[in-house]
Amino acid sequence: MSEEIIKAEGLTKVFNGHLVAVDHVNFEIKRGEVYGFLGPNGAGKTTTINMLITILKPTEGKASVLGFDIVKQNVEVRNVIGVVPQEYTADEDLTGLENILLCADMYGIPRRVAKERALDLLKLVELTDFKDKRVQTFSGGMRRRLELACGLVNRPKVLFLDEPTLGLDVQTRTATWNYIRKLKKEYGMTLFMTTHYLEEADSLCDRVAIIDHGKIVVVGTPEDLKHSLGGDIITIGIKEDSDVADLIAKVEHVKEVKKENGSYRIKAEYGEITAPSIIEALREKGYNVAKLSLTEPTLNEVYLEYTGKSLRDAEESREAFAAQRITMRRARQ
Amino acid sequence: MSETIGNSKNRLHGLWALTNRELKKWYKAPVIFMLSIIQPIIWMGLLGKAMNINAIFSPDKINQLMSNLVLTPPLTSTQSAQLGGFFQHLQTGIMQSTFQVSDYFSFMAVGMIAFTALFTTAFSGMSVVWDRRLGFLNKALSTPISRGVIVFSKVLSAALRSMFQAGIIIVIAIAFGLQFGASFNPINVLGVFGILFLICVGLSSMFIAITIRSTRIETPMAVMNLITLPLMFASNAFFPTSIMPDWLKAIAQVNPMTYTTDAVRQLLIYNTTDFWQVGMDFAYVGTFALVVATIGIVFSWRFLSK
Repeated sequence: MSEEIIKAEGLTKVFNGHLVAVDHVNFEIKRGEVYGFLGPNGAGKTTTINMLITILKPTEGKASVLGFDIVKQNVEVRNVIGVVPQEYTADEDLTGLENILLCADMYGIPRRVAKERALDLLKLVELTDFKDKRVQTFSGGMRRRLELACGLVNRPKVLFLDEPTLGLDVQTRTATWNYIRKLKKEYGMTLFMTTHYLEEADSLCDRVAIIDHGKIVVVGTPEDLKHSLGGDIITIGIKEDSDVADLIAKVEHVKEVKKENGSYRIKAEYGEITAPSIIEALREKGYNVAKLSLTEPTLNEVYLEYTGKSLRDAEESREAFAAQRITMRRARQ
Repeated sequence: MSETIGNSKNRLHGLWALTNRELKKWYKAPVIFMLSIIQPIIWMGLLGKAMNINAIFSPDKINQLMSNLVLTPPLTSTQSAQLGGFFQHLQTGIMQSTFQVSDYFSFMAVGMIAFTALFTTAFSGMSVVWDRRLGFLNKALSTPISRGVIVFSKVLSAALRSMFQAGIIIVIAIAFGLQFGASFNPINVLGVFGILFLICVGLSSMFIAITIRSTRIETPMAVMNLITLPLMFASNAFFPTSIMPDWLKAIAQVNPMTYTTDAVRQLLIYNTTDFWQVGMDFAYVGTFALVVATIGIVFSWRFLSK
């Protein structure tokens, strides 16, 4: 049985007595898992992370990280976690190396050990050549990698990533995902991340929790979530002018067949396996397939299904908006 | 509270790292560093030399006024010289009894030291707000570093900067004509830095305590504008309290800036240093620093995170 690294029970945060940011949330994260909170801005993702990393006190409910209570044993929690915040927190006036050493100092890591680790981490995120350059001159992707390195300096058992690729362009985003995978492999950590990018959740997370208005709507692996919608859509057309609907319906995993404008719209699980089986079945009876297309549902459809809307920009506090703007601006440097 | 069970060996770990982070922004940026040196020079030039109170009583002016004086019977040259001497004496006497030194520049240059401390520390409130907005504060709060250390590193860096600037001011003021008192002893300079450290700890903690919950940069700026100038002018930094109206004198007498400046004057430029008074100054400023720093640290536990 796998061990629970993070456990939240009825975790709730109410701001100013009326603004419910996180509403009685329950979840468990297992060792070695990459667990993602997916939701629009203002859904309560960052608030949840901030409670778990002990910088916000929950209004109600409790949570533990590696068995340490996030309120009563907050110092223990801080010692075993690494945090990569949404913002670029590296000091612009310091160099890459100096920034990592500063992080190490905040954990009370002795200078000799810190320096060794810093150089290792810089190598991992491929910033060795820039270690003595001021962060001011770094691009968004480089800054993000430096943040990753800073978050790992205390060899955390759990790493928290808040919107790890906010504001980055698509190419840099994909590269950043690769660094995250690499670091996870190297250090064997458990990862908790938030994102409002569907592709990001799909590509990185073992399990995704869709969160909206402070509540978890659904949890599952990206695959399960997609399958839960009833599977893929296969569209097929044959050269012969005869009705093969019954034939197709007999193929394994096919759930529904509809004839539309001379072609067949098939709802099926595991479309990538089912489509070849359908072709096979048709060929056996002497039919020739004229055209075929396979559409897999994306998390976007899942998202739509469960929240009733696509990812939207919710209203946000002036503070959060300003912070995000700064982050975006720096990312685009 | 839970703050006390850290498993790091040293409760103060990270203090120097965070302090040095602040200081590096200053000494590694040549422009900012130069400006922080030039600024007191400009102020001293402006205030000390423009508001040249000595010049009001200059011998030239007295002689000129005397030559316009028509008396019957006319003064003999001996009487005229005596009268000239009397006015000169009157001038030094008034200066001495008002400012306790014979030249205004020395009086003001010393006030300048406290002035610089006030302005340097005023920025520490702003720096907390910046760290909050840039996310650095949250990052620091998620590490095992003590909350008190986060705040105290700001206080310490402001104090060190002010003390460095004070050193510069003293050197420049000597070049501009600062006259040390008759009883001046080089060891007194240590006392100057001592009281300066205390006032900086107090002022900086005060600015941080006021702005600690603020998320917008406008708040500390408004606070700075509101507090700094009254604190400056309701003190003896540029003018002695003895000739202030009673209501202003009452404010000046509770203002820690007054005690700081008094101690520095006693130690540097007064002819006789009243060590009992200096001791009282230290006690007053020390108590102020202790009380406000305690409030600052308590606030940091309560309000750094919501």
